[in-house]
Amino acid sequence: MRNFQALIVISQPIRKLLTTLSLVCTLSLGSLSIAQEPVRIAFMDPLSGTFASIGNTGLKILQFSADYYYNSRGGILGGRMIEIVPLDNKQSPNETQLQFRRAVSDDIQIIFQGNSSAVANTLNQTISRHNRRNPGQEVLQINYSAVDPILTEDNCSFWHFRFDAHANMKLNILTDYIAADPDIKSMYIIGQDYSFGQVVSDTSIELLKQKRPDIEIVGNEFHPIGQVKDFTPYVTKIVSSGADAVITGNFGADMVSLARSIIDSGLDIPIYTFYAAYDGITATLGEGGKNRIRLIHNGVANPLPSEERKQFNRDFKAENPNFDVTQPRILNALQMVVTAIEQTQSTDPYDIAVALEDMRFTTIGGEEIWMRGDDHQIFQSLSISVHTDEDIEFDADNSGWGLRTEYQVPKEDTIVESSCQMRPPRR
Amino acid sequence: MLEVFIFATLNGLVTGLLLFMLASGLTLIFSMMGVLNFAHASFYMLGAYVAYSISLYFGFWTGLIVAPLIVGLLGALIERYGLRRVHQSGHVAELVFTFGLAFLIEEAVQFFWGRDTKNYQTPDLLDFPLFTLFGQEFSAYRGFMMTISIGIFIALYYVLTKSRVGIIIQAAITHPQTVANLGHNVPLIFMGVFGVGTALAGLAGVIAGPVLTTFPGMATVLGSIVFVIVVIGGLGSLAGAFIASLMIGLLQSYAIASDVGMPDLLNLLGISFARDHPLNDLWTINLPQIAPVLPFLLLVLVLIFRPTGLLGKREE
Repeated sequence: MRNFQALIVISQPIRKLLTTLSLVCTLSLGSLSIAQEPVRIAFMDPLSGTFASIGNTGLKILQFSADYYYNSRGGILGGRMIEIVPLDNKQSPNETQLQFRRAVSDDIQIIFQGNSSAVANTLNQTISRHNRRNPGQEVLQINYSAVDPILTEDNCSFWHFRFDAHANMKLNILTDYIAADPDIKSMYIIGQDYSFGQVVSDTSIELLKQKRPDIEIVGNEFHPIGQVKDFTPYVTKIVSSGADAVITGNFGADMVSLARSIIDSGLDIPIYTFYAAYDGITATLGEGGKNRIRLIHNGVANPLPSEERKQFNRDFKAENPNFDVTQPRILNALQMVVTAIEQTQSTDPYDIAVALEDMRFTTIGGEEIWMRGDDHQIFQSLSISVHTDEDIEFDADNSGWGLRTEYQVPKEDTIVESSCQMRPPRR
Repeated sequence: MLEVFIFATLNGLVTGLLLFMLASGLTLIFSMMGVLNFAHASFYMLGAYVAYSISLYFGFWTGLIVAPLIVGLLGALIERYGLRRVHQSGHVAELVFTFGLAFLIEEAVQFFWGRDTKNYQTPDLLDFPLFTLFGQEFSAYRGFMMTISIGIFIALYYVLTKSRVGIIIQAAITHPQTVANLGHNVPLIFMGVFGVGTALAGLAGVIAGPVLTTFPGMATVLGSIVFVIVVIGGLGSLAGAFIASLMIGLLQSYAIASDVGMPDLLNLLGISFARDHPLNDLWTINLPQIAPVLPFLLLVLVLIFRPTGLLGKREE
């Protein structure tokens, strides 16, 4: 014991010496590495909890895209690497505020976020306020998946860019598709009780009324998000309503449980969805969902449009055998942001934002996509794909099952008006 | 309307009986240790995941038997080497221990099995509709779930009230010192009860996994509701837990099936509000929307009017 104390006493001056040494080291290294300082991008999505699987897959795609296209080829801006910083917001608006503070204190100026429109709305407001109060330290919101239209309409912001088609655009195409099916005479709408679920319900009803006034809406149900144990009671209502088809905006466990309950009840009607694929959902639905479950999504599923796109999928799978390229729009978003950075030779969010406005960019799928400057909404082709095991080159969940595109609408036909009145900040 | 009622009843019974399998173990453990086991729903999740892995190699039926045994054994070990040590530091320490354990198990499950939904399917043997009523199928698997749960209830009830082991357990709950003085190994009994309780939770997970989907959030979804059941039924009362489970299962199922809400009530009263009324959300709320809150409402009512729960005897 006494020896031990002596050691501590002796070590005092040594420690001082060490600290000085390490300080010198850091300083010298610091001055060396200024030129090589990475461009840091935050990925803020649920990485734990009920919806963790979606967030983790997105993170894998973003990380892989950054490494694959930039870091492995010497970085951007003449040698700076892209560093992806995962921030777990547990899909809660409160956590999002906390994680945003963390991002700001870490000097991160670009935030990728996608899951839950409620979270995206919070982040949008938080960022707008922050940017107004802290000129010179602005933050850019890259929304790759939250599809509540309000983000590019009434609540649109100069600092927010959306790389997915919003719910109304998707529903417009989806209802066209449904309206063309004369067998559908009645429709049941069920969704999670929050902003996006409400938008899906309101818009579907409105659009179906215009396009097919004879389709009767026999049910319009909301259930709490992530809380329902068993969807069978809801399915009982769907069965007794006699609906010919179901529309749902559910995602994650809520989606798979709902589809499964419908399949288990023996109800053989089409289910139109936004998110019924990947992250275990495709494998779990398997045979029961064949030719019954359809998704509206941007880009194309099988067959993939170009060799480069196919190669990207193969290389991603080689590195992440248990994940799929579920959201290629994450890559599109990253590539467009990097293009903006390279064009302006700046990582300042204002410069990036200005360069992104009205950018036309050709994806690795060979399609030219357009970021509208008026409301910061992306436009690209939209597809309706079916859950099947036939002609699937790239399956989901390594299950042999996947999505095959049945119906595709070019970008020009997806353009909708926006009520956005954006006020760009003064510079 | 009749068809909705019949199916709502069936659905309610299935959910209720499943909840009972969880609540029975929890209430037993509570009556012994005097502490709520926060990690109970995590054992349920563990059961589902272990059974899923076993079913990949040896099929569903092996998983049905082996997985609860593994979970029960793990539970017993945790009691022996964890809880028993913590027990000396008092109830608060035990509570915190089980609370931490819940997080630990949940993270461990995600670490080993990943965060995506698992493709855990019902066995082919039970993959047929038991009966079809008004165009809706009632799957054989749901019938199987009900049978297992009822079987568990009968077996537990018999063991606890009729068998020698049950009598010793019941005595150990109320008079542990006396039972120890009579030469029984009380710590061993506690360990056994904890093991059986967690095994029951595991079994619930095994049979619920294929229908309620096996995903990392499955413990969170059921966790709070099980506590509600144990409190409503009366802490430590098996029969109370049984009644409360069925009550809550049916309550939720009927609430979802019903189509009434505030608009109907207001129509009845002859009052109407404009759509842009500031409290529009309140005036348009309906019963299915608040169905998941109802058990908690019931909990508050029970705590106010009958703090011991429906069949609880303890007055603390």
